[in-house]
Amino acid sequence: MRFDTPATTNPIDQLRIVGQPVDRIDGPLKTTGTAPYAYERHDVVPNQAYGYVVGSAIAKGRIASIDLTAARAAPGVLAIVTADNAGKLGKGRFNTAKLLGGPDIEHYHQAIAIVIAEMFEQARAAAQLVRVDYVRTDGMFDLAAAKDSWKPAAGFDATADSGVGDFAGAFAAAPIQLDASYTTPDHSHAMMEPHASIAAWEGDRLTLWTSNQMINWTTDDLAQTLGIAREKVRLVSPFIGGGFGGKLFLRADAVLAALGARAAGRPVKVALTRPLIANNTTHRPATIQRIRIGATRDGKITAIGHESWSGDLPGGGPENAVQQTRLLYAGANRMTATRLATLDLPEGNAMRAPGEAPGLMALEIAMDEMAEKLEIDPIEFRVLNDTQVDPENPSRPFSQRQLVECLRTGAERFGWKTRNAKPGRLREGRWLIGMGVAAGLRNNLLTTSAARVRLDHRGVVTVETDMTDIGTGSYTIIAQTAAEMMGVPLDKVVVRLGDSSFPASAGSGGQWGANNSTAGVYAACIKLREAVAQKLGFNSADTIFAEGQVRSGNRTGSLAEAAGDAGLVAEDAIEYGDLGKQYQQSTFVAHFVEVGVDVATGETHIRRMLAVCAAGRILNPKSARSQIIGAMTMGVGAALMEELAVDKRRGFFVNHDLAGYEVPVHADIPHQEVIFLDETDPISSPMKAKGVGELGLCGVGAAVANAIHNATGVRVRDYPITLDKLLSGLPEV
Amino acid sequence: MKPFTYERAHSPAEAAAAAARTEGAKFIAGGTNLLDLMKLEIETPMHLIDVNGLALDTIETTPEGGLRIGALVRNTALAADERVRRDYGLLSRALLAGASGQLRNKATTAGNLLQRTRCPYFYDTNQPCNKRQPGSGCAAIGGFSRPLAVIGASDACIATHPSDMAVAMRALDATVETVRSDGTTRGIAIADFHRLPGDTPDIETTLVPGELITAVTLPKPVGGKHIYRKVRDRASYAFALVSVGAIVQRDGTGRVALGGVAHRPWRVEAAEAEMPRGAKAVTGRLLAEARPTQENAFKLPLVERTLGAVLAEAKG
Ligand SMILES: Cc1cc2nc3c(=O)[nH]c(=O)nc-3n(C[C@H](O)[C@H](O)[C@H](O)COP(=O)(O)OP(=O)(O)OC[C@H]3O[C@@H](n4cnc5c(N)ncnc54)[C@H](O)[C@@H]3O)c2cc1C
Ligand code: SF4
Repeated sequence: MRFDTPATTNPIDQLRIVGQPVDRIDGPLKTTGTAPYAYERHDVVPNQAYGYVVGSAIAKGRIASIDLTAARAAPGVLAIVTADNAGKLGKGRFNTAKLLGGPDIEHYHQAIAIVIAEMFEQARAAAQLVRVDYVRTDGMFDLAAAKDSWKPAAGFDATADSGVGDFAGAFAAAPIQLDASYTTPDHSHAMMEPHASIAAWEGDRLTLWTSNQMINWTTDDLAQTLGIAREKVRLVSPFIGGGFGGKLFLRADAVLAALGARAAGRPVKVALTRPLIANNTTHRPATIQRIRIGATRDGKITAIGHESWSGDLPGGGPENAVQQTRLLYAGANRMTATRLATLDLPEGNAMRAPGEAPGLMALEIAMDEMAEKLEIDPIEFRVLNDTQVDPENPSRPFSQRQLVECLRTGAERFGWKTRNAKPGRLREGRWLIGMGVAAGLRNNLLTTSAARVRLDHRGVVTVETDMTDIGTGSYTIIAQTAAEMMGVPLDKVVVRLGDSSFPASAGSGGQWGANNSTAGVYAACIKLREAVAQKLGFNSADTIFAEGQVRSGNRTGSLAEAAGDAGLVAEDAIEYGDLGKQYQQSTFVAHFVEVGVDVATGETHIRRMLAVCAAGRILNPKSARSQIIGAMTMGVGAALMEELAVDKRRGFFVNHDLAGYEVPVHADIPHQEVIFLDETDPISSPMKAKGVGELGLCGVGAAVANAIHNATGVRVRDYPITLDKLLSGLPEV
Repeated sequence: MKPFTYERAHSPAEAAAAAARTEGAKFIAGGTNLLDLMKLEIETPMHLIDVNGLALDTIETTPEGGLRIGALVRNTALAADERVRRDYGLLSRALLAGASGQLRNKATTAGNLLQRTRCPYFYDTNQPCNKRQPGSGCAAIGGFSRPLAVIGASDACIATHPSDMAVAMRALDATVETVRSDGTTRGIAIADFHRLPGDTPDIETTLVPGELITAVTLPKPVGGKHIYRKVRDRASYAFALVSVGAIVQRDGTGRVALGGVAHRPWRVEAAEAEMPRGAKAVTGRLLAEARPTQENAFKLPLVERTLGAVLAEAKG
């Protein structure tokens, strides 16, 4: 189905099931521990052996020699695969460094071997016996030091820089100016389930049970890496214990399970150990950002500029931290620039709200600082500079933009007017109290998504698509969509996901999953409805699907009858025209945070949080709320504690486990409130929905930072805002 | 993890004898620290002597009016004991500030005292570490040192002792009771129990090989207000950046011990004379010899400010 004109009234608008806060249909599986996660698929194939990955002990250089004698002789060892005996390997489209390194080493903990044994403990013990001699070479591990040596690399995309009007002139002429630098550190996805795969070969055909967000990309990349035809590879990933972008791509667990299974001649399972994850897989790269804003005395932005530096391995990409600045506020003169330095740290790549998350952490502090200079309330300052059109291209409107309503609604609900604009004035016992606000924007990305729907003789509708559920609720919203479309209750819908033998979906990433995958199911259901009407001899234009019945005029039939013994099958995809070009499609949020900062120790305690979101139709308010509060929690982590500590001499992330890389615990998170504004966006898709999975993270960090400033008067521009950065600015005890 | 043999000990003396007899032997109690280290091959015992069956899990009143805490009393039970809560509140509070409920259910009194550092380089067997592999160097010096020691460190090691409980034990003047492989017993004052790193950071206590902890005794209660303040990067389930354990009497005198700053719980009795003059004076004496790194220099003002808050709380 091609979607190239705005949606009109359609069966989804009935909102009998879509839009209702129904419980997750996979909830019972999860609460009873019966949802099959990759590493636990003992049932799918017998005789599974265990693989243990050996990571490089150096960050850059080369392996002079590997001695496998002791490891091979260790009890239970079946095979050891290294680059020497793995055969020729390709590289996936989404990988920068090789997933099996050697002899050249590109980053710390790059996989260099996998040891396969009868038992996990045997594989682990033998892995420690692999003796490797390395020749180290110097590398660059310090973004601040590498920043200025930036050179446009071959293939540098100059269009990544943007400019409108005369930024330099307007900024210089502005009576009120801000020119400040901000930094965000490297972040780890730190999802609960580690990367894990079980591989089994049957002749030249490979089946991989894995944990992956993007089945279609990863099937391609696995075939390409192994040098076999895509048709020979099947990926199965029905349940995923979190990903946050860390499982968008093919990673070492999958490749090494496949190679290990080939070498051992039997199925092999591999999980990356927690200490490997930080350095072996991808992470969100650190940024250094410079923001300049010029405004008139009454608060109109006349110039806005945002530059960002990040680093990656040769051939990698930048963190797009300036994206949102092109869209969020008005201003006639604008510039953004994105610079990429070469670093020899592990591979950087997407993590939840890539670009916007770190970008807004900086931009929304800058807006707070600017409001302070202007002596204007930070909400009013944002309202004053709202835009309903793409500020770089005013002929392009936003399809929907209710940022002002988000800010106003939130201010009212949060009691913003009780905030003292003068920082450091409110104290309750040991706590300095402050409130902060920040806006957020995350774009709505449109991408083709296909699904197959089957109808059987019992009237049961089964949806099959390679869409994934990474804990987000995909199973549920897809079931809601199919139930709404076919006029059946939820318990008459079966959803099967995450299998590369199913039609290719949008997958889970970029908060594009919900809208696109349900729109794909919508398209397939439209086809199935036509098939049903035709089967019953009804006129499809006026056929109504409700309560398991099919009606046309005064004629009634049932789905079961239409399906017959043979059943009916329909498959289609949603494909988008250029509405995405004509309109800027984005989602919006206003975050409100109240903190207490311990006057003696500088420890920050979050007291209250509120997010007000405008994000198109909310397909399921319950699972959408879960997405937002989870993201708010992640934002608190980024604001207060999350940082992969770089050893700039040895070139690796030192705190590579969950004891060292701290993320928020329950005691850090207070009551969180979420409001979704009423919105439907017919420009977006037949579902009139957009995404929320990343929106919730956009701006939270800055709202926390701004609240800390309001509480203490200390302005910290380097995340995370740990207590050591506040101490010198706090009053004497 | 390296393969190991295993036995259950039936009496403390027998356990100590077995430990001395068997090469590469180690005791295992709750296992919450030792097993993690074995999985990473940071510890590679060839033989484990399980002491859980020894009847060392009771808390008794001593004739002197103090408490004798069996080596195997779990952290949860110790923190909840009525006598501990009433008379040694500092100990109860320090215990509850550590780890998580599940871990405290397993963790034992002796194991807690002997838990090893959380220096991140100690945990990565690719990195040089004098504590893990004597003579290999110290990766933390000049590296990521934010969580590490500011005082009492050496050119060989700047690690801290991570225990909260031990800080309270130090302030309470506990004594560690042991039995040696020849069956003799002794009591080691907690002040003499943990060592500074010096040139041998791998040797962390004054226990001799095979020596088994049987109990920790506390002298009779000293009264006063007992406050334990643990400062960290998140509200729970994290090790201390610094912690302050204090017992403050009505007249402003008292005791102070610190966690998170040194290779052992840090207490300087002479500094306590300054308590009536306030946090600045005490900290000046307590941390007079401090040599922080650039990354952890914040711990000095943090100690002073935290102690200030603790003393204010004691007054209030
Ligand atoms: C995730 C996590 C978070 C933690 N957070 C904190 C925290 O915030 N604060 C804190 O203080 N601690 C914390 N801990 C550490 C915890 O307190 C220790 O792991 C625990 O106290 C160790 O006790 P155990 O009985 O399990 O010791 P084991 O692991 O069994 O043993 C530890 C050591 O003691 C030796 N040993 C045990 N019993 C005896 C004995 N009777 N005589 C001689 N030697 C003996 C063993 O040989 C071993 O070397 C944390 C631990 C974890 C895993
Ligand atoms: S500080 Fe101590 S524990 Fe840490 S690396 Fe150095 S020697 Fe090892």
